[in-house]
This record gives sequence, C-alpha cells and structure tokens, in this order.
Amino acid sequence: MQEDKPTGGDVNAVIQIAEEKKKQQRDSWSARLSSLAETRDKSEFAAIFEYFAPRVKSYIMRLGMPLATAEEVTQEAMLSVWRKSHLFNSAKASASTWIFTLARNQCIDRLRREKAVEYELPEEEPDPDQRDMAEHSILEERMQIAISTLPESQAQVLHLSYYEGKSHSEIAEQLGIPLGSVKSRLRLAFSKLKAHWGEEE
Amino acid sequence: MNIRHHFDDATLMAYAAGTLPAGMALLVACHLHWCPECSHRVKQAEALGGALLDRIEPKAMSSNALNELLSRLDDDMATEVSSLVQPAILPKDVPAPLHHYIKGSLDDLPWKRLGYGVHHIDLNLGSKGTTRLLKIAPGVSVPHHTHSGNELTLILRGSYTDEVGRFSAGDVADLDGEIHHQPIVDTDQDCICLIATDSPLKFTGFMGRLVQPFIGM
Ligand SMILES: [Zn+2]
Repeated sequence: MQEDKPTGGDVNAVIQIAEEKKKQQRDSWSARLSSLAETRDKSEFAAIFEYFAPRVKSYIMRLGMPLATAEEVTQEAMLSVWRKSHLFNSAKASASTWIFTLARNQCIDRLRREKAVEYELPEEEPDPDQRDMAEHSILEERMQIAISTLPESQAQVLHLSYYEGKSHSEIAEQLGIPLGSVKSRLRLAFSKLKAHWGEEE
Repeated sequence: MNIRHHFDDATLMAYAAGTLPAGMALLVACHLHWCPECSHRVKQAEALGGALLDRIEPKAMSSNALNELLSRLDDDMATEVSSLVQPAILPKDVPAPLHHYIKGSLDDLPWKRLGYGVHHIDLNLGSKGTTRLLKIAPGVSVPHHTHSGNELTLILRGSYTDEVGRFSAGDVADLDGEIHHQPIVDTDQDCICLIATDSPLKFTGFMGRLVQPFIGM
C-alpha cells in the first residue's frame, strides 16, 4: 500500500486497495459456493467448511446456545449449505451473507422447533434495484468499513441484536434505555451502512 | 398492488437478525412477498449479518466435525428444494407464508365473533405475543391505546383510515408504544388484516376494547 502521495485522495486509494484485496477473497468464496452446486465436490465443500463452520459456531454460541448444541446446529447449518448450494445466487448475496441466513434460520428452527418456512422468498420476484446485481462483495466490504466507524452506542445495539439475538425490548431493558432509543440507534446505524451500499453512486 | 406504508428499518433489522417472535416474522415475510422495496432493505440488513459473520472471532469445531459431516454427505446426495413450495392456487389476498397456515381462502375460515362488526381467528403460533387475523366490518372503528411492546398490522383486504393515513391491501402499520391511533374501516368492504404483537398482556387489553360501534365519519 502506498502512502507517499500527498494528495487528499490517499485514504480513498488505500481503502480501495484494501477493498480490492478482500473483495478477491470474498469473490472466491462466492465462486466456490456457486461451483459446488454443479460439481458436488466434497473437497470444495471441505474448504468452505474449514472457513465458515468456526464462524457459524462462534455466531451460534453468542446467541446463547450451549457448546454441544452450538456444534450440532453448526453441523446442520453446514449441511444445509451442501443441500441448498443450488439456491445460492452470487448476484443476490455474498457467500457470507447467504451462510449467515442459513445459520440464522437453523437457530430459529431449533428455538421454535418448527421450520422457518416463511424465510424463503419467491425466486422469480422482480429485482427491485439493478444495483443489486452489481458486486455484492464490494458492497459488503464497504459495509465492513462502515461498521468499524460506527459510534460505540450504535455498534453496541447492532451487536446485541445480530450477535446476541436480543429483541429490541430486551436490549432496552439491558441498557436501561427506552425502546424508542434502541430503534433510533439501529436506524441511524443502518442508514450509515446503507450509504456505503452504493446508493449514493 | 400499490403499497404506500412500509416497515421501519429497525423492524426489518430485527427480522434479518432473526429476533422477531414467530408471528411478527410471519407477518414481515408476508409483506416481503408483496413488496420489492422492503425485500431490498432486508437484503441489506442481511448483508450486515454477513459482514458481521466475516468479522467474528472463529471458534474451532471439534476435530472430527468435518469428517463426521462428510460421511453424512454420502447418505445425502439429494439436494433440497426450497422449503416453501408455492401453492398451485394462491388467493390474491393470501401471501404464501400465510397460506402455509390457513391453507385456503380468507372467506372459508371459521371466523369467531369478537364484538360488534369484529371477527377474529387466532393463529395460535405458540410464540411470544399474539398473531391473529381480524375482520372488521365497514364503518366500524377499532379503539386503540398505547402499549409497551410492538404491534405490526398487514392489510390483506379492504382498507382503513387513521391518524397516520389510509391503509389498504399490502400496506403495513408498524407501531410501537408511542403512537395512538383509531382506525376506521372506510369503504363498504370488510377490512381483513393480520396483526402480530410481542406483548400478549397488552394485546388482551386491546382486544378487550375492540367492541365499539363506529360513531360518525
Ligand atoms: Zn414494504
């Protein structure tokens, strides 16, 4: 990374290089997941497992599941990666996002003891925004950068919601703030992240 | 379908994070089947989950986990079709996720009378909060009060008007405890909506007050 140019564009240039690097990694996970659907190659699946399973397990443990259950639910989530790989569409989501939704649904199934049927959306649904078809991995990378720049109060509610699976009311109770404040912090965080989604371009 | 009222970002984030009770998640899913705009925002909120998954500190799986799973793949070479099979005939006012529960037309349901001009069906989802279908006759108003939790309403058929505006098929009202409103069914057609809350006690109070004839429009 070059930091020697004295222009104001430096930071952007550095971010672009970093984005490009990570984008390649992400693209490769998306590409590998896409090819899994066709090849049904177990060594390819093993590579995906090695990267994602420990992340999924960590996510599930943070949701409050005991260790043994977390391991079991992770196995189920990874099994659904194998079973559903033909439903993965790299134009609609990155590999991480898709696997996140599978892991989340697996947790919901486990907690409700009921299939989360409602989460599947119709495939033929018209795409609301052509920019969706653009590069998901770069958009997600921008989101990564945006997340790290959120003020602590917003990052905190985001983590409690996504990582610890707390409802907004539970977060309000835990932090001792009104429900409305929890929601407005989330809204603020989301609008900042959306700005990095590329809506402004 | 001309949708004018959508979900709050915070609600869609809770849906994406998987923290809504079953009934509210069902209601959100129903609207998403009709609304490209909210679907787009849900994808963004899910991408946030994906970004967080990338940032998370990994926790090692037990040493035999991969081999154990690989051996299961042998018995499992079949791919799984989408868990939601779109029914062959879907009434235009019943989104697919709701159809999964009621299996048919809104007209064939065993509606129970709740009060003057008001009928309901409890979906009995057994989750936190309540999930009901409500059928309100023309000219009937539904008194409301503030409550501590959240309440989501999705209009399936007909329309109503309240202080916030006019709500017709496809629209959602996404209310928290800070909003007072008093919806009035404003056409000569029944208004049928799906209502989900996360606070059962308050909802009972709300249901208890449903019985009130419309007085002047
Ligand atoms: Zn919408």
